[in-house]
Amino acid sequence: MARPLLLDLALTHILGRKRQTIVSVLGVALGVGFFIAMAALMQGFQGYFVDTVINASPHITVRDQFREPAVQPVAAAFRGGAVLLHGLKPRDEIRGIRKAGTIVSALSEWPGLSVAPSLDGPVILRYGSADKSAVAIGIVPEREVRVTQLEDDMVEGHLTDLASAANGIVMGLGLASKLGAKMGDSLNAISPAGVILRVKVVGLFRTGIVSLDEGQAYILLKKAQILQSRANVINQIRIRLMEVDAAREVAARIEALYGYRTESWQEANEGVFGVFRIQNAIMYSTVGAIMIVAAFGIYNIISTVVYEKSRDIAILKSIGLTEADIRRTFLMQGLMIGMIGAVLGWIIGFGLTSLLGSIRFDVGGMVRNDRFFLAWSLSHYWIGGMFSLVASAVAAWIPARRAAAANPVDIIRGAA
Amino acid sequence: MTAAVVEARGIGRVLPGPVPVTLVEGIDLSIGEGEFVAITGPSGSGKSSLLYLLGLLDRPTSGTVILEGRDTAEADAAELAALRLSKLGFVFQFHFLLPEFTVLGNVMIPMRKLGGSPEAELRTRAQALLEDLGLGDQAAKLPSQLSGGQRQRVAIARALANRPRVILADEPTGNLDTKSAQTVFDIFARLARETGTTVITVTHDEGLAAQTSRRVNLVDGRLVTPGVR
Ligand SMILES: Nc1ncnc2c1ncn2[C@@H]1O[C@H](COP(=O)(O)OP(=O)(O)OP(=O)(O)O)[C@@H](O)[C@H]1O
Ligand SMILES: [Mg+2]
Repeated sequence: MARPLLLDLALTHILGRKRQTIVSVLGVALGVGFFIAMAALMQGFQGYFVDTVINASPHITVRDQFREPAVQPVAAAFRGGAVLLHGLKPRDEIRGIRKAGTIVSALSEWPGLSVAPSLDGPVILRYGSADKSAVAIGIVPEREVRVTQLEDDMVEGHLTDLASAANGIVMGLGLASKLGAKMGDSLNAISPAGVILRVKVVGLFRTGIVSLDEGQAYILLKKAQILQSRANVINQIRIRLMEVDAAREVAARIEALYGYRTESWQEANEGVFGVFRIQNAIMYSTVGAIMIVAAFGIYNIISTVVYEKSRDIAILKSIGLTEADIRRTFLMQGLMIGMIGAVLGWIIGFGLTSLLGSIRFDVGGMVRNDRFFLAWSLSHYWIGGMFSLVASAVAAWIPARRAAAANPVDIIRGAA
Repeated sequence: MTAAVVEARGIGRVLPGPVPVTLVEGIDLSIGEGEFVAITGPSGSGKSSLLYLLGLLDRPTSGTVILEGRDTAEADAAELAALRLSKLGFVFQFHFLLPEFTVLGNVMIPMRKLGGSPEAELRTRAQALLEDLGLGDQAAKLPSQLSGGQRQRVAIARALANRPRVILADEPTGNLDTKSAQTVFDIFARLARETGTTVITVTHDEGLAAQTSRRVNLVDGRLVTPGVR
């Protein structure tokens, strides 16, 4: 079996310092292992969250608002005028999307879009002695089912039951349990407009997003318009796309066309994505810190070998090995430690991830669940491996360069 | 007179620094094929320095070394390394064998670096070399299991591994007893006589120096015997 000379030299060097080598390998392995487990955990959670958000809410929401406050007539009339008027009372307009029907039918013609109008407004739900405020969303069930996955989240009843009962209401499981209401119970819905509507629970849903499960209820659009005293008004157009990732562009196009504030799911969850970015930054810094410690271990062992083997290096150079040969010999040692560490780290990472996957618990918070969401991805293994190779190459490069640059004459003179 | 194998033309070596140190200066020296040359001189006279320059291990600050007619002044570090590998062999006072490699493994290092032949063939050649130096039964041992004289002979075998044109030895017998020292010089003499290898050795030992074919005497970094005949 013929091993290349340089590999042979590199092996004798690191095998000569077994304990230090093992510690360095373990350092790298832990770094890679933790990275893989953390990446699986974070990406799993983030992926789950995004999926839930995408499924539970519309991809695009058109609201009865404008990004810029409306220009008051007086300002329009005296544009750039020298007179400044204070205390103007804005015209009290009936809020809502104008010509909503036209917009809905126009958007329905766009390819890949499902469109549902709705009117939401605050209500107090009263059942016995319990009062809970909630957002009552008036919907057209047969349109709504094409826009959100709410129907899939129903644990009892169906959205279409809204139409069958006289005054049906579908609410989140959390809201129902806070009220103490069950299927078939009748309760009172009271709006800020002072309208009281007696409604009957015909369905319960559970999205997993706590704020929705505890704060939302659905009724028919017509009933919502009565409840809020806003006949024929809608204040939201909810849209679902075939191409989820196109939401930003489509939203921008709709807003440009109709002027109403149009929000994509990405924009609506900007804050959460910011949190994700911070999470990822924390993960990469933690792993980076572990890798730096591991790299110091590698730097240390190779520096020691370079120092200890300075005579060998000198004689090898006198024999005719080049500086590049010497550099390669020590670089190889770092890479071997990095590679073995990476493979061991893959095993550790796999084990840790499996362990995390087997843990069961019960937590609330932004989302409610009983286990970790884990993203199994080969890319984590590649990134972890690359991380360790780069770290070990850099750590080995510094002493390797020093070894290559050493003058053999000085060492041979000194050793005599 | 045959063409010179190693030729120094006015070489000098000055160590830079606040107080520059002159190791050797103005050396003109021409050594031919199969010559067995002793470099002698008092301690600190520059013998080692001259040997490193002739062996392309160090670069002169003035003048140039010509190896087999090739001027090495313009050669870069990698070219010098290649010349050392294929044309030169060093033996030092200390053996410098790699402790983790067997005797055979040490002898094979220069062969493996040069390459060109299958590993098995290199192994056979290294073994033959060891037999020739009376070390045939020591091939599988580690250097630490040998005597001082045996180690130095292994170092010579390693220097001979790639059939060099020139062997450069710096007090190769400095650490050896008289008998082992004589063995080393016998090997050198035989090499020069039988294979035409040029041997240049630094020595303090008058008796050994007397066995060479030519003596070059250094004092204070300068030749006091004519270097070119
Ligand atoms: N790195 C250095 N810095 C300063 N002076 C040096 C250095 N290297 C060598 N010298 C000096 O250069 C001179 C020549 O050294 P060299 O080793 O060539 O002598 P030498 O003839 O081989 O001596 P020895 O017989 O003791 O081995 C000596 O005076 C030595 O002290
Ligand atoms: Mg000397």
